[in-house]
Amino acid sequence: MSELVDGDLRGNAREVPLILAIPEPARRPGDTPDFSSLKFSNAGEVRRPEVSDAPETMYDLATGLIRVLDDEGRAVGPWAADIDKDTLLSGLRNMMLTREYDRRMMLDQRQGKTSFYMQCTGEEAISCAFRMALSDGDMNFPTYRQQGLLISSGYPLELMMSQVYSNSHDPLRGRQLPVMYSSKEYGFFSISGNLATQFVQAVGWAMASAIRGSSAIAAGWIGDGATAESDFHSAMVMASTYNAPVILNIVNNQWAISTYQAFALGRSATFAMRGSGFGLPSLRVDGNDFLAVYAASAWAVERARSNQGPTLIEWVTYRAAAHSSSDDPSSYRPKDEALAWPLGDPIDRLKRHLIAVGAWSEKDHDELLVSVQDQISRAQAEAESYGTLRNGPKPSPRDIFEGVYAEMPNHLRLQRQEAGY
Amino acid sequence: MPTMTMIESIRDAHAVAMEADETVVVFGEDVGYFGGVFRCTQGLQKRFGKTRCFDAPINESGIVGAAIGMAAHGLRPCIEIQFADYMYPAYDQIVSEAARIRYRSAGDFTVPLTIRMPVGGGIFGGETHSQSPEALFTHVAGLKTVIPSNPYDAKGLLITSIEDDDPVIFLEPKRLYNGPFDGYHDRPVIPWSKHPLSEVPEGHYKVPLGRAAIRRPGSAVTVLAYGTMVHVALAAARDFNIDAEVIDLRSLVPLDLDTIITSVKKTGRCAVVHEATLTSGFGAELCSLVQKHAFYYLESPIERIAGYDTPYPHAQEWAYFPGPDRIGHALSRVLEG
Ligand SMILES: Cc1ncc(C[n+]2csc(CCOP(=O)(O)OP(=O)(O)O)c2C)c(N)n1
Ligand SMILES: [Mg+2]
Repeated sequence: MSELVDGDLRGNAREVPLILAIPEPARRPGDTPDFSSLKFSNAGEVRRPEVSDAPETMYDLATGLIRVLDDEGRAVGPWAADIDKDTLLSGLRNMMLTREYDRRMMLDQRQGKTSFYMQCTGEEAISCAFRMALSDGDMNFPTYRQQGLLISSGYPLELMMSQVYSNSHDPLRGRQLPVMYSSKEYGFFSISGNLATQFVQAVGWAMASAIRGSSAIAAGWIGDGATAESDFHSAMVMASTYNAPVILNIVNNQWAISTYQAFALGRSATFAMRGSGFGLPSLRVDGNDFLAVYAASAWAVERARSNQGPTLIEWVTYRAAAHSSSDDPSSYRPKDEALAWPLGDPIDRLKRHLIAVGAWSEKDHDELLVSVQDQISRAQAEAESYGTLRNGPKPSPRDIFEGVYAEMPNHLRLQRQEAGY
Repeated sequence: MPTMTMIESIRDAHAVAMEADETVVVFGEDVGYFGGVFRCTQGLQKRFGKTRCFDAPINESGIVGAAIGMAAHGLRPCIEIQFADYMYPAYDQIVSEAARIRYRSAGDFTVPLTIRMPVGGGIFGGETHSQSPEALFTHVAGLKTVIPSNPYDAKGLLITSIEDDDPVIFLEPKRLYNGPFDGYHDRPVIPWSKHPLSEVPEGHYKVPLGRAAIRRPGSAVTVLAYGTMVHVALAAARDFNIDAEVIDLRSLVPLDLDTIITSVKKTGRCAVVHEATLTSGFGAELCSLVQKHAFYYLESPIERIAGYDTPYPHAQEWAYFPGPDRIGHALSRVLEG
């Protein structure tokens, strides 16, 4: 116990001094990675309740781990749905596009074409499979690590890149930090830099859908670290109170910049268990298993769409890359920790499944990779022709003053005149 | 004397304060093992132990609220909000609680708390890594608001803030962390080691709150600035050949009114510079004070050079930033007026 408060400790000297707990991850730089403290179910082990089952009969789902793909790449257990080959192949393509997109944008950031970038390496299955279980018209309230939602919805890659470059074709007109996309048309709410704010907004969107008698549902997204924010809890209480048609997604990638998950998790065994106190069915799912993500997403979508209410989902994954282009994880976690992650790589696992069921081959895969890289290169060349942050055409400085209000008030007009734009 | 960057001197101030007083505790997001995203607390956990410097969950109201509770127990927390742009969830704890507990409890409880946060733009951080919310603090009774412009002041002011018995908002201009940025974004970064105020004494020293510093004596116009804008104003005076008296306020509340008014009475002209948005910015307060206390000495209207009343843009950062050019032209207007 700390020397600190000894000075003013009052009371009985025989009382036990109190101890402050400071969480510490199992391994630090230089150590051998070790994930043995994480408890995972085997593929196929977790039961699949009916979406109409009462939430209080489902609390066990918050502690298991829904997995479909086993070590041999076979789909097993009650969550193994009959997903057609085309869906799986487009899922594979979306994940590979997302990864190659990240690779290219990260490279461009390093080459000075933009100021900042954030990858989602290792987490592609979550946003890609989830988006494929949604319908057009549904709305996501994403974080900066759900680029897979946009890519899977067919949003033009050159527009995403133009946003990253802040160039003359940037749909956000150079106003936003790279990766903070927005597209109402593609069901993707404007990303905020302020963590967790979107989580409760998703609930509000879903409430509006119910107020207006629509059939569209909403999905909120949040990282493990950001669940510590008060807005996370606001979302849960609003969703629970109004039985809002919303899916609340926690992407637990183990890290929040340099702090590991226990800084938000505290004494709780899982993040999914946070839902139980609010009476929300809460799933804990292998986020690197495309089939499990798709099945769990479809289940939660059906619940929301059929007025059964909100579902909380903890997607268990690992942030394989740095937090952002400004971060170097080797100063706080073992360098090769990503390779030791027990749930593997989502692209590799889906590929092995497709090969195992005879729907795919190494050669097919190599060809797909070439085609994906080609698509990225073409989009990149087009986007760069519209300029980058450092070179070429840019949004006009005049635009600084536009869009603060629906109509520009006089004081801004004066400021713009004075600025000479 | 060793030269330090602003990051190093802030780190050193923590170490000196923690060494001198074992009730000083330091925490915040990523500040423990990693030492903060700007590395301002690097090495403190190793040196002082995990209960003196530790990481926090991402919950700003939790961080400030817990710090207030610790202060009530007799600790002297110095906490970090990762970016000023992320202090809003903590605003209730700062405004309704930290600022007023001494008053409402008639001194029964006090909050000797320092809340550090990086402010300002110039790093292509977009709308949520660039804000300058000082006026949201100076408007609150019970808070002190401090903003250093160089490594020497940063250390001395931070030690003073930590040792102060009231809550202090300590704003760190992030564009100054690694060099005295003068607003010319397309020129090479000047390292702190080339600047005299990077000479930082070892050990304990204080820079008092409420004492401004004249960075450039002059007779033509008084320029009131703080943080990054001190260096930008100096560059403007130099490059527009204006004999400006540039005053670095260093602390906004308490404010060194004497130095300001003495200077304005001498020069007869005044301009106020800040990066924060114009409307209801701290510049408005300064203008009001100057006209009240030096009205009959003023030979021209006071100019305010500030951020435009818009969110901080990403691509157009340098069109937005009140750089030396904008300041120089405004100073010329003041001289002609
Ligand atoms: C309100 C707020 N506080 C702090 C930050 C700084 N910040 C940005 S990302 C991040 C870590 C988030 O971790 P997590 O929620 O786990 O998401 P991940 O980055 O792992 O996807 C922090 C602390 C912020 N953006 N907003
Ligand atoms: Mg995380």
